[in-house]
Amino acid sequence: MFKFILKRVIEAIPTLLVLITVSFFLMRFAPGSPFSSERELPPQVMQNINAKYGLDKPVFEQYTTYLTNVLQGDLGPSFKYQDFTVNELVVAALPVSAKIGAFAFIFALVCGVAIGTIAALKQNTWLDYGLMSTSMLGIVMPSFVLAPVLIYIFSIGLGWFPAGGWFDGSLKYMVLPVLGMAMMYVATFARITRGSMIETLNSNFIRTARAKGLSFSYIVLRHALKPAMLPVVSYMGPAFVGIITGSVVIETIFGLPGIGKLFVNAAFNRDYSLVMGITILIGLLFIVFNAIVDILLAYVDPKIRY
Amino acid sequence: MNKNNITKALLAGLSLSFAASSFTAIAADVPAGTKLAEKQELVKGNGSEVASIDPHKTQGVPESNVILDLLEGLVTQDAEGNTIPGVAESWETTDNKTFIFHLRKNAKWSNGDPVTAHDFVYSFQRAVDPATASPYSWYLDMTTMLNAADIIAGKKDKSTLGVKAIDDYTFEVKLATPVPYFVMMMGHTTMMPVHKATVEKYGEQWTKPENFVGNGAFVMSKWVVNERIEMTPNKNYWDNDKTVLTKVTYLPLENYVAEMNRFLAGEIDMTYDVPNEHFKRLKKEHAESLAIKGDLCTYYYSLNTHKAPFDDLRVRKAVSYAIDRDVIAKFLLGKGEKPAYGLTPEIVAHFDPVLPPYAKLTQKERNAEAKKLLEEAGYNAANPLKFSLLYNTSENHKKLAVAIGSMWKKTLGVEVTLENQEWKTYLETKNQGNFQAARASWCGDYNEASTFTSLMEGNNTTGGVHYKSAEYDKLTEQAILSTSEEERQKLYYAQEALLAKDMPIIPIYQYVKARLLNPHVGGYAHHNAEDKNYSKNMYIIAD
Repeated sequence: MFKFILKRVIEAIPTLLVLITVSFFLMRFAPGSPFSSERELPPQVMQNINAKYGLDKPVFEQYTTYLTNVLQGDLGPSFKYQDFTVNELVVAALPVSAKIGAFAFIFALVCGVAIGTIAALKQNTWLDYGLMSTSMLGIVMPSFVLAPVLIYIFSIGLGWFPAGGWFDGSLKYMVLPVLGMAMMYVATFARITRGSMIETLNSNFIRTARAKGLSFSYIVLRHALKPAMLPVVSYMGPAFVGIITGSVVIETIFGLPGIGKLFVNAAFNRDYSLVMGITILIGLLFIVFNAIVDILLAYVDPKIRY
Repeated sequence: MNKNNITKALLAGLSLSFAASSFTAIAADVPAGTKLAEKQELVKGNGSEVASIDPHKTQGVPESNVILDLLEGLVTQDAEGNTIPGVAESWETTDNKTFIFHLRKNAKWSNGDPVTAHDFVYSFQRAVDPATASPYSWYLDMTTMLNAADIIAGKKDKSTLGVKAIDDYTFEVKLATPVPYFVMMMGHTTMMPVHKATVEKYGEQWTKPENFVGNGAFVMSKWVVNERIEMTPNKNYWDNDKTVLTKVTYLPLENYVAEMNRFLAGEIDMTYDVPNEHFKRLKKEHAESLAIKGDLCTYYYSLNTHKAPFDDLRVRKAVSYAIDRDVIAKFLLGKGEKPAYGLTPEIVAHFDPVLPPYAKLTQKERNAEAKKLLEEAGYNAANPLKFSLLYNTSENHKKLAVAIGSMWKKTLGVEVTLENQEWKTYLETKNQGNFQAARASWCGDYNEASTFTSLMEGNNTTGGVHYKSAEYDKLTEQAILSTSEEERQKLYYAQEALLAKDMPIIPIYQYVKARLLNPHVGGYAHHNAEDKNYSKNMYIIAD
């Protein structure tokens, strides 16, 4: 196991380096400057700004300086939010997205697996069709439709929950964003679980178990659930990173100070350092969670050993 | 001067006498008999997240809204937009070149330090210092403050700026040329003072709530990027006795539908804007909450006069005449916008231009003239005029571009290619002059025509480079040197007439500022053209 982790760490270094290099140059070659505005700034003013942020230096020099700083853990100042460093912005925004995301993920996983399992066990019955068509609705209904609907019903209509805001993550402010975010994942988890469960239930070892006269619920819980979870676990890694790094739609609609909105705004504002900082963060999270998923898979699947 | 001539002590006393959840204000500016709510907290939508609250680093409206509550300059504005004393109690000038400001002796920073002339010397020098790299440093150059341009260009030291503290409470500014409206320009965000000791101690960190020291009516108590900024009254503010609100919250909500929903859910008292697609419904269902006023902004199309086909005056005029601005303003927009025939909107103080000749024609006559001009320029059914119209990605710009494109098509047989680009790409394309026609707009920095007319000066990289008229620039020079308000206005009218004659831009409409405002909010500046809503003038009325 230690060897496996070490291997993953060594593999991560060139991956991250490529990620940093490609994003750095892509950002620099994107048209527009972080400091352009409706009224074009006089050349002297622009020159002063460029000098302050080191943008007057050759691009390659900017790249090496950036790389050196990143290695020391310094992601630089934000070009747009000038009162903050990228480190400060990311440290403040990540927990917001992570908290909403984690709740949404757990909710989606529990509900999705339960729904998928029930649908598989009641395959081709009205219950199966009902659950699966509802979950299809969850997949096809985008969050920018679902979230306002939730607000209209539960905030403006019933007044049960606030229509937006974070207020340090108080529970009532989290209910609607979590629901808005989780629905799509509930549906996806349910569909993956159903497919995988049906396949597992039709496999030889389950037939053997049934032939031995074991009870059906015992077979499902003891023998079928674990192998049926394999595709779910594989999907969990990227899904988890996706969900905890925020959804720009949910964060914009509910006015949440998360990382998704920060990232998208940074790209629009050509906030070079902020885009880079969040890209590196997301890249790192992908590497870490993919490794975790591989370890989990080894635990679930007896065919995989490291 | 202040909208709420009511003291905290008086409030406390009155609240005791009413004992229940509300009390009556008897001060002049809170209308007599107004029952004030017990909870004096105001939540404002503020568009996007502020780039900074350092007045020398910012250039946008959301930043300005926040900074005007936190810092106070030499002058400020009343609800009607008139320039009134701020830190300066009075001022004098004999030649519009040297200005002496007499500062009030009771003005204090939030840490108790006195606000002195030295603070303004330090702050103005900081604004032009190349090391600060203020994006709005050009504003000081525009006031013609002595040596500002050379300091920005790194040719002179910041200490040579034309500012001086004659004593602690007497501040002198020297300009290179007379600027009669100089005092009004001092109300701009860039001209706000900063607290030297705090800036020097904390550097870039001075704006953090725990470090922040300001001289405005409020101090920042919390700042969560992309969620909210909270403020509480500055106990050391010289006029704090008259501040009624106990808490002000700014929410950065870029999505106007989300903002509207939060207003409807009762979470916001005053929105930043109104989503256009919901305007009619809101007018019908929430008419009492809609506040609409003129805005100091103009929407126009910029024509690249250096490139075909718009290097031909006849073509420029033809496409301008063929736009039915009444249809655009009344039916397409419909929030009260007015058609524009000049760059400077009519709402600008003392500005009452004579409409250009084409504006006095009926649309039918304009269309006929447009056809004639285009034919003269050699375009007809066999050889239709073709060009591209650039705009930044937005539903509203698209709607207008499609409508105007179809007006051109119908009237002149013009084939327009609509080209939308994301904001920063659009700016780059426009600034490099890689366009034929492009959407543009401008909102004034101060309530005087020069904030608009200066856009088209030959040396202005935004609009002027595509125009470059010696005659126009000469009028600017004359306007700056003019000491008579009347004469200066006439020169501005002459500039507008020249723009109508040369048509380097097509003015389309004059903006309005529409927002949702909870009827329980008092003291809102309904007639301030610059939309400056100082929270110190606002209060919450009991239901």
